[in-house]
Amino acid sequence: MKRAFPVLAILTAVLLSYGLYQALVVAPTEQTMGDVQRIFYYHVPSAWTAFILFFVNLVASIVYLASRNPKTDALAVAAAEVGVVFCTVVLVTGPIWARPVWGIWWTWDLRLTLTLVLWLIYVSYLMLRRFSSSGQTPLIAAVLAVFGALDVPLVYFSIWFFRTQHPQPVMGNGGSIDPRMLHALLINWLAFSCFAALVCWSRYRLEVLRREVDETQALEALLEKGVPERGSSR
Amino acid sequence: MSRAGSLTLATLAKDLRLEWRSKDAINSMLFFALLVVVIFSFSFDPTAEESRHIAGGLVWVAFLFAAVVALNQTWARELHNQVLDAYRVSPAPANALFLAKALGNFIFVSVLEALMTPLFIVFYNLRALGPAYQLPIVAALGTWALVVNGTFFAAMSLRTRSREIMLPLLLFPISIPALLAMVEATTSILTGEYSAKFWLVLLAAYDVLFTMASLLFFETVLHAE
Repeated sequence: MKRAFPVLAILTAVLLSYGLYQALVVAPTEQTMGDVQRIFYYHVPSAWTAFILFFVNLVASIVYLASRNPKTDALAVAAAEVGVVFCTVVLVTGPIWARPVWGIWWTWDLRLTLTLVLWLIYVSYLMLRRFSSSGQTPLIAAVLAVFGALDVPLVYFSIWFFRTQHPQPVMGNGGSIDPRMLHALLINWLAFSCFAALVCWSRYRLEVLRREVDETQALEALLEKGVPERGSSR
Repeated sequence: MSRAGSLTLATLAKDLRLEWRSKDAINSMLFFALLVVVIFSFSFDPTAEESRHIAGGLVWVAFLFAAVVALNQTWARELHNQVLDAYRVSPAPANALFLAKALGNFIFVSVLEALMTPLFIVFYNLRALGPAYQLPIVAALGTWALVVNGTFFAAMSLRTRSREIMLPLLLFPISIPALLAMVEATTSILTGEYSAKFWLVLLAAYDVLFTMASLLFFETVLHAE
């Protein structure tokens, strides 16, 4: 498995550079929006990647609740942290695009709000992990992840009813998108997914290592405490 | 009456008696909500027509903030003299304890709402143009939505450093759909411009979903060690 890491790293680097070339050079300039539309090749793949990572976090949390395997919890942490980073990219690139195209930075549209609420829920998840004392953190964090997932359909319906006028979906219906644009988008999505997997992987290894170090230190502290006691009893 | 039911009632009666004697939660909530009302009233200074549109939001934001005060005290009280540890080792079902705490908070926040509503009406010149009989339903469903998750997250944040700050950080993001539903339902009733049906159904769905989830996971959280 460890050999696969550099391979994935190289693959990610190649894909990211190819994706950049595709997005900035090969893909045609959009007719009405102009070059500002090219941010779409980073915005949309980031969003998809973030949602995949949040889903990974949910699955890992459920598996943790069922099995109490600490490795699934390490995966949940890694996925949540990287997911929040990608989600932040989405929330930052969105307004940059929206300002010249829609004329506003932000609107309480369905997908925007859903993304923002997801981001808020996962930031609170990370805060909980940060503030929690070590022993029970994985368990209560996993429960919070499940609660967050239960919340998503409710957020969806509430915003859907609250703001029915959303702008046209960029993808899906119509299929009027230029194939070169679609190609650039999918390449970038692949590159971003690889990149996310790479970062998640190293974060996961870091988390597992950190726990090993903590355990070893706790053990050493116990042993050290044991020594003077023996000395005093002698 | 089943054993779990009598346990719930016993814990609830104990909490109510404690609150009746000390009046800690209700006093701090009331004063807090009063301050929020006064400050909002200063900062917006609305006419009667405007206030109808914004009052739903103001009322529920004030109640949400005030509810956090009560929710934070829910479990803190049980930490003295290791009462919570005694619960953990006792064979009593954990869900009975949870229901008692949630019902207790529901009663506290409902009392707060009953006392604060006249004040809101006075300060903002409110008069419902829609079907006013729906307002108590919105209040009951909305309050339960806040306290069921609030009680659960308060139990979760017991295990954290600075738990008083942790509770709103956990509760507010999850409560966004419920809060939106309460605010929109109240506004629709006050203005009478559209029906509150959808929001009532959404609130009811939220209540059912999270009550079930809380009952499912409470034992795990209580015994987390």
